[in-house]
Amino acid sequence: MIYDVAIVGAGVTGAMIARELGMCDLSVCVVEAEADVASGASRANSGIVHAGFDAQPGTMKARMNKRGNEMMPEVTRELGVPFEECGSLVVAFGPEEEKQLDILADRGMANGVPVKRMSGDEARRMEPVLSRDITAALWAPTGGIVDPFSLTIGAMENAMSNGVTLYLNSRVTAITRTDGIWELFAGDNRIRAHWLINAAGVYADDISRMAGGESFNIRARRGQYVLFDKSMPVRTKSVIFGVPSDRGKGVLFSPTAHVNMIAGPTAEFVDKEDHDTTREGLQEALAGVQRYAPAVDARYAITVFAGLRAMPESHDFIIERSKSAPGLVNVAGIESPGLTSSPAIAEYVKELLEEAGVRLDPKPGASRIRRPIERFSEATPERQRELIAMDRRYANVICRCEQITEAEIVESIHRPCGAKTVDGVRLRIRAGAGRCHGGFCMPRVMAILARELGRDIDEITKSGAGSWILDGRIKEGTR
Amino acid sequence: MKADVVVVGAGPAGLAAAIAAKENGADSVVVIDREERPGGILRQCIHNGFGLHVFGEELTGPEYAARFIDKANALGVRFLTETMVLNISPDRVVTAVGPETGLIAIEAGAMVLAMGCRERSAGALMIPGSRPSGVLTAGTAQRFVNIEGYMPGREAVILGSGDIGLIMARRMTLEGAHVKMVLELMPYSGGLKRNIVQCLDDFNIPLKLSHTVTRLHGRKRLTGVTVAAVDESGVPIKETEEYVPCDTLLLSVGLIPENELSREAGVEIDPTTNGPVVDSHLQTSAPGIFACGNVVQVHDLVDFVTEEATRAGRAAAQFLKETSACGGWKTIAGRGVRYVVPQTLCGDGEDKTLFFRVSGVYRDCFTVARCGDKVVARKKRPICTPGEMERLTIKGADICGDITVTVEGV
Amino acid sequence: MEMRKLTCVVCPLGCAITAEVEGGKVLNISGATCKRGEAYAKTELTDPRRMLTTTMRVKGAGLVPVKSSAALPKALLMPSMEVINAASAQAPVRPGDVLIADILGTGVDIVATDRA
Repeated sequence: MIYDVAIVGAGVTGAMIARELGMCDLSVCVVEAEADVASGASRANSGIVHAGFDAQPGTMKARMNKRGNEMMPEVTRELGVPFEECGSLVVAFGPEEEKQLDILADRGMANGVPVKRMSGDEARRMEPVLSRDITAALWAPTGGIVDPFSLTIGAMENAMSNGVTLYLNSRVTAITRTDGIWELFAGDNRIRAHWLINAAGVYADDISRMAGGESFNIRARRGQYVLFDKSMPVRTKSVIFGVPSDRGKGVLFSPTAHVNMIAGPTAEFVDKEDHDTTREGLQEALAGVQRYAPAVDARYAITVFAGLRAMPESHDFIIERSKSAPGLVNVAGIESPGLTSSPAIAEYVKELLEEAGVRLDPKPGASRIRRPIERFSEATPERQRELIAMDRRYANVICRCEQITEAEIVESIHRPCGAKTVDGVRLRIRAGAGRCHGGFCMPRVMAILARELGRDIDEITKSGAGSWILDGRIKEGTR
Repeated sequence: MKADVVVVGAGPAGLAAAIAAKENGADSVVVIDREERPGGILRQCIHNGFGLHVFGEELTGPEYAARFIDKANALGVRFLTETMVLNISPDRVVTAVGPETGLIAIEAGAMVLAMGCRERSAGALMIPGSRPSGVLTAGTAQRFVNIEGYMPGREAVILGSGDIGLIMARRMTLEGAHVKMVLELMPYSGGLKRNIVQCLDDFNIPLKLSHTVTRLHGRKRLTGVTVAAVDESGVPIKETEEYVPCDTLLLSVGLIPENELSREAGVEIDPTTNGPVVDSHLQTSAPGIFACGNVVQVHDLVDFVTEEATRAGRAAAQFLKETSACGGWKTIAGRGVRYVVPQTLCGDGEDKTLFFRVSGVYRDCFTVARCGDKVVARKKRPICTPGEMERLTIKGADICGDITVTVEGV
Repeated sequence: MEMRKLTCVVCPLGCAITAEVEGGKVLNISGATCKRGEAYAKTELTDPRRMLTTTMRVKGAGLVPVKSSAALPKALLMPSMEVINAASAQAPVRPGDVLIADILGTGVDIVATDRA
C-alpha cells in the first residue's frame, strides 16, 4: 500500500499534522521510532502556551505562536485536553532587566499580542509569593498552560479514529525515492508514501538528509525540570518568567495543568541521546525559581526530568516544502514555542500541501472531537454510581493518590494508541503520577497491563524495550 | 449506612483499635481496607521480630496480624476489604468505594484513622542522571517478592539503612540476588543493630555510612549508580565518587504518614510529624476522629502501634457515650528532641505517657520532662538514637502547664 | 587461639564484645555489660544460628510465607533456601502446617505462617 502522506515523528507536531490531515480524504500514517507517542521533547517540557510577545516579529515562530495561541482554546476543547489561560508574567529585577521588559513589550505590540506593564507591587498583589526584589513586570493575559502529553495523545487518538495509522518502534534508518514514491525503512516496516512530512524532532536534520532534502543542523539543547507536589504551599496562578537572555527564555515557575508547580528549564547543549539531569542543572532550576519566589522548598519535589529542544541553527522554525527533494515537507527546529504552535503548524503544513496540488477533500464521517477518558474522581456521586453500574471496575480504585479506577486504566490500554507500558498508563490516566509516585499502584497497574495485553507480568516494561521491571519469578532463576 | 465506629485501615493499628472499640462498648465496628485481606503492611512482612512485648513471642508479620484478625472476627468486627475510602467529611461521613459494595457512605459515631504511611519516592530525592526502570522503594520491592512472587532485579544497591532496607537486603540475597552494598547518608544506621548483623554482616554486605547515590545510569534499565561519600552537611564529596554497576536500586529513605484523608476531613496536621495533632486520648482536632499507628508518627515496633491503637479504640468507644473535650496543655519538643506525641494533654488528671524521638545519637544522658521549671519526669539513658522511639510517663497531678521534653547531661 | 570481635544485638546499647576462641570453645569474654550479652556472644561465636523466614510456592495458589520452627545453623541458610525453592506445597495450607519436615537433617521444620 502507498500512503498519500507519511509523517515521521509522533511528537506533538507530528500528531497535530496527522490530526489535521486525518480530517481529509487521504491515507495517512505516522512513523515513530520510540515505543509511544510524545517520547521526546513533547513529553518533557513546561506545558506553556506562550502568549507570543517574545518571538521576533516577522519570524515563522512569531506567526505560528500567535496563531497557535489563538487556536488552543478550541483545539483543547475538541480534544478534551486540560487547558487554562492563566496568563504569563515576566518579572524584572532592577533597571537593566526592566529595559528587557520594554523590548518584550514592543515585540508584543509588533506581534499583536496584548501585554501590560506593571510595577513590582502590582505583580506582588497578583502573585503574593513573588520576591520583594522584583521591581517591574510584564503581564500577558493570553498565556496559558496545557498538558503536553495529553495534547499529543489526544491529537493522535483523534487522528487514528479518523483512519490514520501509527507505526511505533519504527525508527527510520533509510529513505529512498523511486518514481515519485518515498520508501521508508522503519524498524520492521517498509512504508511507501507520496508525501513525506519530516517532524522528527532532534533528528529532523538526519531525516532531511536521508531524503535528499536540505542540509540544516539541529542541535539538542537540554532543559532540566523539577516538579513539585501539589501540596507545596508556594504557588502561583500564572506562569512566572524571568527576562530572556541569549540562553533562551530562562527558568520559569509555573502551575501545570495538573495543579503541580514546575521549575525549569535550564539550557545546555548535549548530544542527541543525553536525557540525563545533572546536579548543577537541578540546582540551577531551583535557584532560578527561588529567585522569583524565595519560599520555594526543594523538599516538596516529587520528580525531576530533562527534555531535548530541537534547536535550529537559524533560530527559527523550518516549515517548508523542500526544494531539493520534491515530495518532502520539512517541519524542523520546533523548539519553544513549538507546543503552542503545533495546531498552527498543522494548519500551515496542510496549506503547503494544498499549494503543491494535493487534493484535500474532507473525509466523510471524520470528526474533530475526541472525548477524553472519563475520570471517576471528578464525577458527581450520581455519575459515579452510574459508571459503577455500567462497569464494576469503576468501583476498584487502583491508584490511591489520584483515585484512578481499574476501568479507566483498562480504557487507557484499549483506546487507539493505547498504553502498553507503566509510563504509558501514567501519562494517559495519571495512575502513578501522584504523591507516592507508583509506590502503591505499580504492581497493580502491571497486573492489569499484563492481563489486558495477554502478557506475563514480567514482560511489562516501564517505557518500552529494555526497560524491564521484573527479572522473572522468584525461585526460578534469571531472565 | 451507619456504624458506631469506623476504622480506616486494617493494618496493626486499625485491627487493635477495632478490637479495643468493641471491647469498650461500641456495638457496630466497621474496618475499611483497600487490600483483599486485612493485615495491612504486615502481610508482606514475612520476617519475624513482631510481638516480643505484646505476646512475649517473636512472630512473623502474618502471624501477628492473624492474632488480631481472629480476635476481631470473634468479636463481630465487620471488615470491608478491597474498599477504598475516597473522602472523610468533618462530621464523620465516610465515602468509600469497592467492587462488592459499590459507592457507599457510612455515618460514623466515631472514627479511627489508621492509614499508615507511604514511602518517600525516588523522584523526591532528585537524584541526577537518567530515569531508567530498576529504581524502586524497598516496600514496593517487598511486595513484588513476597506477595506477587517476582524478583525486581539481580544486582542490587540499597540506599537507606532503615529496617526496611536492611530486611530487603537479606530477602533479596536469600532469593538469589547479589546485594552489593547498603548506603546510608547519615553517619549512623537508622535500623536495629540486630538487623545490621542478621541482614548485612551475615551475608557480607558492606554498609557504607555517610554515603549516598549521586547519579543514575542506564537509558532504559539501570546499569549502575555513582556513589560518593558525603560531608557533615550531607553534601557529596566529588573526589570520592565511584561507579557501581548494578541493575536495581532499592530506596529506603523515609516513611511519610499518609494523611491526605485526614487533611480533607479538616484535621490539624503537625508539620514535624506529618501526622495529626492528637491529645493524650489520640483524639485529633476534629471531635470524634481519633488516629493511631504510623499515620500519627512513624513507629519502629509494631507492639507500640498496638498499644497506641488500643488506647485510641477505647477512646473512640468512650466518645460514643460522652464527648470528651480535652483542651489543656501542649507538649513541646525541646533541645535534642525532634517531636513529641501527643501534642496536647487532656486535663483529666490521668497519668500521661509521652512518646518522642531524639534528633541525634546521645550517650549517657537523661531524657527529661519539665512543667515550667519543675522536672516532672526523668530517665537515665545509656543511649538514645533517632531510630528508637523514647517514652516518659508523667503523673496526672504534675501536669500544671505545657510540658517540654529535652535531652540533657550529654 | 583467636580473638573475635562482635557487636551484641540483645539491646540497643550494642556493646562491642571481644572474645578469645579456641578449638570451638569461648575462653574469655570482655566488653559485655550484662549476662545476656555474654550468653549471646558465647552462642554466636561457637554455634551461630538464625531463624529463616521466606516464602514457598503453593501449587495453584501462588506463595505462602514460611518460617523455620527453630533457629537453623547459619551456614545452612542458603542450602535450606535451595531445598525450599525446589519444593512446593499443596493448597489448602493453614498457618502452622509443616511443609518440610526436618530440613537437611537439622530437626527443624519449615512451617507455614499464613494460609494459602
